[in-house]
Amino acid sequence: MNTFKNGCIMGIIKTSRLLYNYIKRDEEDNIEEVKRAVDYVDIDIKEGEFVAILGHNGSGKSTLAKHMNALLLPTEGTIWIDGRDSSVSENLLEIRKCAGMVFQNPDNQIIGTVVEEDVGFGLENIGVPTEQIWKNVNESLDMVGMNEYRKKSPNKLSGGQKQRVAIAGVVAMRPKCIVLDEPTAMLDPSGRKEVISTIKKLNREDNITIILITHYMEEVIEADRIIVMDEGNVVMEGVPSEIFSKVEKLKSLRLDVPQVTELAYELRKRGLPVKAGVLTIDELTDELKKIKAAGEHK
Amino acid sequence: MIREITFGQYYAADSPIHRLDPRIKLFGTLIYIISLFVANNIVSYAVAALFLGIIIIISTVPVKFILKGLKPILFILLFSVAFNAVLTNGEHVLAKWGVFVISTEGLIRAAYMGARLIMLIMGSSLMTYTTTPNELTDGLEKSLGFLRKINIPVHEMAMMMSIALRFIPILIEETDKIMKAQMARGADFENGNIIHRVKSMVPLLIPLFVSAFRRASDLAMAMEARCYHGGEGRTKMKPLQYKRADYTGYIIVLVYFAVIIATRILFKNVLHF
Amino acid sequence: MILKVENVSQIYGAGTPTETIALKNINLEINEGEFIALIGHTGSGKSTLVQHLNGLIKATEGKIYYRGRCIYDDDFNMKELRSHVGLVFQYPEHQLFEEDVFKDVCFGPKNLGLSKEEIEKRAYAALKAVGLDESFYKSSPFELSGGQKRRAAIAGVLAMEPEVLILDEPTAGLDPLGRDEILDCIYKMYKEKGITIILVSHSMEDVAKYADRLIVMNKGEIAFDDTPHRVFKHYKELEKMGLAAPQVTYIMNRLKNEGFAVDTDMITVDEAADAIMNMMKLEKIND
Repeated sequence: MNTFKNGCIMGIIKTSRLLYNYIKRDEEDNIEEVKRAVDYVDIDIKEGEFVAILGHNGSGKSTLAKHMNALLLPTEGTIWIDGRDSSVSENLLEIRKCAGMVFQNPDNQIIGTVVEEDVGFGLENIGVPTEQIWKNVNESLDMVGMNEYRKKSPNKLSGGQKQRVAIAGVVAMRPKCIVLDEPTAMLDPSGRKEVISTIKKLNREDNITIILITHYMEEVIEADRIIVMDEGNVVMEGVPSEIFSKVEKLKSLRLDVPQVTELAYELRKRGLPVKAGVLTIDELTDELKKIKAAGEHK
Repeated sequence: MIREITFGQYYAADSPIHRLDPRIKLFGTLIYIISLFVANNIVSYAVAALFLGIIIIISTVPVKFILKGLKPILFILLFSVAFNAVLTNGEHVLAKWGVFVISTEGLIRAAYMGARLIMLIMGSSLMTYTTTPNELTDGLEKSLGFLRKINIPVHEMAMMMSIALRFIPILIEETDKIMKAQMARGADFENGNIIHRVKSMVPLLIPLFVSAFRRASDLAMAMEARCYHGGEGRTKMKPLQYKRADYTGYIIVLVYFAVIIATRILFKNVLHF
Repeated sequence: MILKVENVSQIYGAGTPTETIALKNINLEINEGEFIALIGHTGSGKSTLVQHLNGLIKATEGKIYYRGRCIYDDDFNMKELRSHVGLVFQYPEHQLFEEDVFKDVCFGPKNLGLSKEEIEKRAYAALKAVGLDESFYKSSPFELSGGQKRRAAIAGVLAMEPEVLILDEPTAGLDPLGRDEILDCIYKMYKEKGITIILVSHSMEDVAKYADRLIVMNKGEIAFDDTPHRVFKHYKELEKMGLAAPQVTYIMNRLKNEGFAVDTDMITVDEAADAIMNMMKLEKIND
């Protein structure tokens, strides 16, 4: 927690009326088109939270994520990362150390030709002494379970492994927060599982704040909080069971729900009193048992 | 086809040569190349060949592997040997045919020329076989560091080189994929005259460029996100540090060079040119 | 029968230490009007297999027949085969290159040496089939959104009017809406034009929803070749291959284990909902 100038407490990432316009200019540098990607967004993410951001392509979620690492600066409004305003240029490196970022394409974010060298890349950039680099690299490779591949070329790894290397590169900087922009979009199911369980472990065991952007609903059911974006706005916010109890609304936002949630929703529609927002097979089984027991009582 | 080129590849092994600091290997290679031009008689060449032979044996890189590296330059090699053989004027003319003259001097010169080229390629490919691309880039960056004083962006160039090394295999794979995708749409990369073939490259090259640019911009963003801001204030995970073997290496290289110069002076009349 | 794969094996680097067997004695028949899904763990050989079907890779052993003719015969026209068996690669938008979408879609039919009229007719039809709005025809393919680009690229293969359309993970990297749009459009082509579809997919949910035949590849061999209902019954074996069944199958098995009187071979949400409703009604009657 950070104490803000005027005394109120803010989370690790906080935005205030954040607005971002993509501006397209013609050859004479005149403004040709202005596209609003983020439209006055206010969010506040607490340290240690696992927040998932959902939304279809073009909903502004990636643009928002890039603000958290100061890759983009707000057109209007402010974003604070660990209490640091991103528009102050002296804060830049501290912000990037504090909030690491993992991107979609595993191939295009690995710089090193050997796994361990890539993991050390960020540390080299911020001038960490050699011995400390080795220590951090060892630790972070262990944390993502990639130590046995440390001497390998990234080109020889699977997609899931590459993403874990990318995560290790961020973890090595000892960030408080990791922002992952669709890290599983280009992976196969087993690669997706690898990455998600790594992320969860970092959140649970090492108390790193996670902000996960994804299209796969089954990846977010264990999040502490879900933020749904549409047209640059936050349109839904809440715990997973709350969000997934609104199947109709999610569908209208062109999003999916996990099959078990959809099945529960279908059963409700057909008159079975299953509660809304069922997220796991366990929950559904329990619900059906209750209904069955109630039926037998009569 | 691209995969057949072994020149410039790394041969993984753990030999004393592999363990040397890349800077001494770069220096040694440079001196060796210079020595090949200093050599002007059979004794010098014998020394140079012996030196290379010993280094190859120590390096444990199979000779077959090194000879394979000569394949792509075979044509240039034969051409320059033939050129020297028939166009050198000498006293002992063996045959004459128009402007072409074959003389004893010409043959000697051609033989030296061929030997020099072969040793040059073998020597420099031995360096790449025993040095990982990363070490090579690091070595170049550090050895050429003095150039920074005259505003040559040595660090940036080294960074570009290492990124290129990482992405070349990815782009080769991508080329293969795009080629197949276009062939699935009926594209023909093999038949037709030269104009047709050049034209048929368009559907391959444009997507390849687009993809390379997309990757470049992604990578730039990823590097920025990981606090990359040029070479200033950067530390190294694997800093280059000389060990005792490296100093010995420098001494051996210098002794070798002195021997070559000595043979040039002492044996200048033995089968010289 | 359109395609027949007979004892096909593919070995890379035979006799070297890096020898890898990509395909091992594959036998397969593909019939007209089928909607086939091909699943398998990464590296199971499914992508290699589909590239054999239109002759992009030549098998080390075995033969492939297109309508009874061996495609490895000297007088066999490969270009023609590729027009009959269309292959859409993963991330097909990476192959777009022309200055506008329409021209790009014309590339395939142009390579077939058709008349200008026929080329344009086919391009229009293909673009229509993938549901791309006419306002995009003259825009640069690089200005489209991800889903639109992909549809334009699929149109590029479709314009060759193939009898068999093979799609290698056509929904990879898209958002849920983009995924549905692509799959719906593929299903429409199958229903309306009667094109035989081979869909390589990682999504068991999609496979269950659309396919009527499911081929499972594992380590270069065909592990299962049956209807999705029957294949997903072997979900435990699928898991050993790094695969899974749709979540619905797991739900039904769980319910059965918990003592509910349900069948377990449901693979879609609708089927499962019907089955559970029936069971609940039956239990009430029994009471």
